[in-house]
Amino acid sequence: MPKIKKLLFVVCLIPAIWLTFALFTDQLGANPVEAVTRQTGLWALRFLWLTLLITPLRWMTGWNDLIKFRRLLGLYVFFYAVLHMLLYLGLDQSFAVGEIINDIIKRPFITIGFFSFIALIPLAITSNNAMVKRLGGRRWKKLHRLTYVIAIASSIHFYMLVKLDKTEPLIYIALLVILLAPRVYGYAKSIALKR
Amino acid sequence: MLIKKPRLGELPASEITEYGVYLNRRQFLNSAAIAATASMLPLSFARGDSTPEPTYKELVKSAYSTEESLTTFESVTTYNNFYEFGTDKASPALMATEFPDKAKPWRVTIDGECDKPGEYDYDDLIKPFSLEERIYRLRCVEGWSMVIPWVGFPLADLIKKAQPNSRAKFVEFTTLNDPEQMPGLNRNVLDWPYVEGLRIDEAMNPLTLISVGLYGNELLGQNGAPIRLVVPWKYGFKSIKSIVRIRFVENMPRSAWMKAGPNEYGFYSNVNPDVDHPRWSQGRERRIGEFLKRKTEMFNGYGEQVAQMYTGMDLRKYF
Repeated sequence: MPKIKKLLFVVCLIPAIWLTFALFTDQLGANPVEAVTRQTGLWALRFLWLTLLITPLRWMTGWNDLIKFRRLLGLYVFFYAVLHMLLYLGLDQSFAVGEIINDIIKRPFITIGFFSFIALIPLAITSNNAMVKRLGGRRWKKLHRLTYVIAIASSIHFYMLVKLDKTEPLIYIALLVILLAPRVYGYAKSIALKR
Repeated sequence: MLIKKPRLGELPASEITEYGVYLNRRQFLNSAAIAATASMLPLSFARGDSTPEPTYKELVKSAYSTEESLTTFESVTTYNNFYEFGTDKASPALMATEFPDKAKPWRVTIDGECDKPGEYDYDDLIKPFSLEERIYRLRCVEGWSMVIPWVGFPLADLIKKAQPNSRAKFVEFTTLNDPEQMPGLNRNVLDWPYVEGLRIDEAMNPLTLISVGLYGNELLGQNGAPIRLVVPWKYGFKSIKSIVRIRFVENMPRSAWMKAGPNEYGFYSNVNPDVDHPRWSQGRERRIGEFLKRKTEMFNGYGEQVAQMYTGMDLRKYF
């Protein structure tokens, strides 16, 4: 198991390594900054979807050890989100604080993206074993349900920023619906049973 | 003695870069890029040099040209918004390689409120006009910009030949609508055909160009071959591509983008750093080939030639 985990750690780094390589070898087209910003955002989204896939996959396969990979995947969501954020702050806004604040206030898709990122921070901080212990399982679980909110918010962020052809964000939204549907079903059933 | 004082923004002919010089400058840019890569701190990206030899010889050099560094030929011909060939920026270059179909003659209709309407083959249409080279900035509504050496002639010359009457208040342009040649037309992302318009005084402005080429060669499919509009003080989407119809009309035309998003895209669409697009700021732009953004200029830096057309107009209302 630790071996698979190490392998997964390296595999998840591949997009970042590829993007860096492609950037320096001029393979990202005429607007490489825009391409890297978009790609890091997309990878954050993809890893987030993967973390949400773990639970349904466990139900389906009965392979409960899958849970051991979730923290790693979740931290990679944060890793790519940090890159995405830094590219926006630095290369898009030149770290101009006033303009950034203005942008966050004025533009709904930036507002949503910004708060999705902020919401990721407590999840990343509380990801280690010590923090799980300190919070206690139930509270930790409650806090990490924020993931659902972040997933929905970041799909809206993606949908809103696309100019006209919404196909790609709609694919992500459709996948998210599939990922969340069994949870909603399970939740509804548990409420029904309690009655 | 008559002394012609150059207006601000106009260049004396002696300062316009010659072909050979700017080809050499590209070599210089390449070697600079190698040095930058060596230091692992590339502040600007240089693309592979695939610039073709010019086939249009002895073009008149326009005094309206900018002396800023040109965007590379590769970037100009691979980073395009031309939804008739797909919504991805890379797809027009991939999908328009055979466009326009040489077997189908390109015909342009000039009609509406004018005394000399007509339908012309491409060659007959452009024959009367002498081609010049104009290096213009192009600012896309998405927040990026380029510097492109166009080949063309003033739209005003063509309009004078058509002799619009007093009811001609606007000019409406239409792009080809042929799904066989333009696969993107099969998807309803815009209300096809692509339509754009100018007020008649904007159309007559000496900056407004009919372009048939760039970098000294005929236009490629992805750049709007064989004939397109270039309006350098407006966002790029106003510079309609692959034109088949020019019509003089009394009422303001509704462009394809106005229909797609009336709150986001207005008829005028003048480059204006103070009027934001509802979803993003227009204050700055990324010049293709550069890392950091630069400030966007009012009317894309062409205020000297065009601002007087909008005096007294609320540019927030007429965006």
